[in-house]
Amino acid sequence: MEVFWFIAGNWASIVELALEHITIVGVAVGFAIVAGVPIGIAITQNQSIANAVLYIASIIVTIPSIALFGLMIPILSTIGHGIGWLPAVIAILLYSLLPIIRNTHTAITNVDPALREAARGMGMTSMQRLTRVEIPIAVPVIMAGVRTAVVMNIGVAAIAAYIGAGGLGVLISRGISQTDPRQLITGAIAVSLLAIFADWTLLKLQKLLTPSGLTH
Amino acid sequence: MIQLENLTKTFETPRGVVVAADKVNMTVPTGEICVLLGPSGCGKTTALKMINRLIRPTSGRILINGEDTADRNTIELRRQIGYVIQQIGLFPNMTVEENICVVPRMLGWEAKPAKARAAELIDLVGLDPHHFLYRYPKELSGGQQQRIGVIRALAADPPVMLMDEPFGAIDPINREIIQNEFLKMQATLKKTIMFVSHDIDEAVKMGDKIAIFRGGRIEQYDTPDRILSHPVNAFVADFVGADRTLKRLRLVTAEMIADPGTPAVARGARPQEALQAAKAHGGRTVIVIDANHRPVAYATVEELSGAHGTVGDFAHPLPATVPARADLRAVVSEMFANDVMWLACTDDQGRFAGVVTQPAVTAMLGQSSGQPLTN
Amino acid sequence: MQNMSGMSRMLSLVMVFALGIWVTSSGLLSEIAVYEEDILYLLKQHIILVAASGGAAILVGVPIGIWLSRPIMERSAEMIMQIFNVGTTIPTLAVIALSMTLLGIGFAPAFFGLFVASLLPIVRNTYTGLLAVPRHLKEAAIGMGMTPAQMLIRVEFPNALYVVFSGIRTALAVNVGTTPLAFLIGGGGLGELIFTGIDLMDTGMLLAGAVPTALLAVFVDFVMGQAQLHLVPKGVNPLR
Repeated sequence: MEVFWFIAGNWASIVELALEHITIVGVAVGFAIVAGVPIGIAITQNQSIANAVLYIASIIVTIPSIALFGLMIPILSTIGHGIGWLPAVIAILLYSLLPIIRNTHTAITNVDPALREAARGMGMTSMQRLTRVEIPIAVPVIMAGVRTAVVMNIGVAAIAAYIGAGGLGVLISRGISQTDPRQLITGAIAVSLLAIFADWTLLKLQKLLTPSGLTH
Repeated sequence: MIQLENLTKTFETPRGVVVAADKVNMTVPTGEICVLLGPSGCGKTTALKMINRLIRPTSGRILINGEDTADRNTIELRRQIGYVIQQIGLFPNMTVEENICVVPRMLGWEAKPAKARAAELIDLVGLDPHHFLYRYPKELSGGQQQRIGVIRALAADPPVMLMDEPFGAIDPINREIIQNEFLKMQATLKKTIMFVSHDIDEAVKMGDKIAIFRGGRIEQYDTPDRILSHPVNAFVADFVGADRTLKRLRLVTAEMIADPGTPAVARGARPQEALQAAKAHGGRTVIVIDANHRPVAYATVEELSGAHGTVGDFAHPLPATVPARADLRAVVSEMFANDVMWLACTDDQGRFAGVVTQPAVTAMLGQSSGQPLTN
Repeated sequence: MQNMSGMSRMLSLVMVFALGIWVTSSGLLSEIAVYEEDILYLLKQHIILVAASGGAAILVGVPIGIWLSRPIMERSAEMIMQIFNVGTTIPTLAVIALSMTLLGIGFAPAFFGLFVASLLPIVRNTYTGLLAVPRHLKEAAIGMGMTPAQMLIRVEFPNALYVVFSGIRTALAVNVGTTPLAFLIGGGGLGELIFTGIDLMDTGMLLAGAVPTALLAVFVDFVMGQAQLHLVPKGVNPLR
């Protein structure tokens, strides 16, 4: 009940924090898509480079987020952005690369060789094959990677409140430090709902972007 | 012996009651292979799976060697019935040896005899024990996996085996080979086998008897020869195919209709002797054999009458010969290929064993089956 | 890694080496070395937390997954898994925070939060792994007279083991990644150095926490990868 009154009384600031949260994740994942999809396509040309890239990306994902922030603070301090939204965006971008690159790579390499041959047989250039056959088929799988990245990084962004990035994590961190269950529970529930909502929305989007010929 | 008595199975489905088996009655004598044949959904697999109680009968009885299976512990019953399925179902987490030993070990065998049994069986299907026992299923070819599937079912030496389209997933060439291997094993093992198939050719080849199913009922239960020569109704006739008469060719071997009395003479024989032999036999041809009794040439009565010298002077080389064990399909094929009306056949050592003629083949096909032709 | 080529090995070596050079040359190594005693003490707490909560999650999660996969649960299992799937999207910081509201501060809420966060991937993978065992294997097992228990132990579980192991690996990665947050609710661990370092803007302290935390996470994932490679039997291990 107390939580309810807290939410009612602080509605505006909760929404503001949520928007901050969404912005951080949105900007970072956006950049990750711009960088990751071309990388994912490029590495389909060479298996050992692909292995190396995916290996590095998987190591990065293994590093706990707060440790990654910790490792970046000294480096970004040299340009005066040790804490704040920049390290958060960079960390989330790095974490998002693995699912996006991996899914793009897998999707493109898994395109049925018969399709590729058919496309070549009807005289498509390799660029036409990529844009008209391979990418459309790969889009749903790439979207699944984006979805993984977004859901995972809504959690990372919550932790980024501890390096001053803002977002819904602020409610949790204040709730813990002030031993205020109202803020804490509000923050925890809000960030969970955001993750669940993002997961659901992106799943819908993923289905929408699947060419109707590929749905079963 | 397996007996099915009024065996019935009904399923409740959203679209009403489906009768998968409708008062099925049949007896499979000990040591015989009975093929359950029919289109998909005809109830043949349901009938099979009721025997090891993977499917519970709605009513009716199943007796194995006179004993009602309903009175027995289901788990124990299954351990005494060999079971082979189309997907093989080798356990990928176990080696070939462990796969074969599963049932013997569950029956309480010691490790040592179980392993010895595995080695013995794998040898029986022509695979090298040292090479294969310690491999995993994924390291074997499809044909090898299927052989292991069969010997796994044989491991505890069950008197009864159930085989659900066991060779269905193998390419035609390997299927033929494995079918032959299996028949050779069965000749000594004499298991009582229920065998589900949807392939009439396989049924004709493997079955001592064939039961043709439709809509949960047996349309005809008979020997392959009688099913092919006397289908009881249009459905069976249709199912076995318009070429059913030609399919009977596979049921008869050359030696069954060969005339062993056709005169055979050496190259050096005088034409007069050959002519007499031919007249005594009543035919128009003599076969010329070499020193090892192998048929090599022939001469006709016309050529020999009034001739001088030796038979060898008039003889024409034989265009082809066939083994006496070959089935008539192979024999007829060879006749057509060489555009001849007859062929000499040879025994296992290559010696002359008689002559098969086209009239003899057509006479066989025309003959009402059930006559003691095939047996 | 599935096909870790020599190139990847070399790259990872180069990365570690570069990190070492950077830490040493910037004089940070001596700053970190100051905290050696703290590092060792907190690392021990950290590892105990990971091992206890991760171990408990395995011991509880695998049986739950098995139970959900039994035919008797067929109707309700899918719904329960839907709830679990929603559960896995809940951010770990939220899980830790909610654990605090339930159990207060200290080891217990930290343990419980980590346990819950690592439980879900294990249950999910055990369940899906067991359901994915091909029907014909089960039919063969039943047909040759295995009891349900024999079938589970000898056929179903060994064939699901690779997937179960993947779940355990994911769970431990989540666990190790979340353990630094345990400090926030009084559970101790290397998070203490990181969070305090951030608050005080003390780079040495920060790295004294962050570097071992990162290395531990990479190490645990590596060990789990190796374990999966070698402990899952050859016949059912796609990596071998």
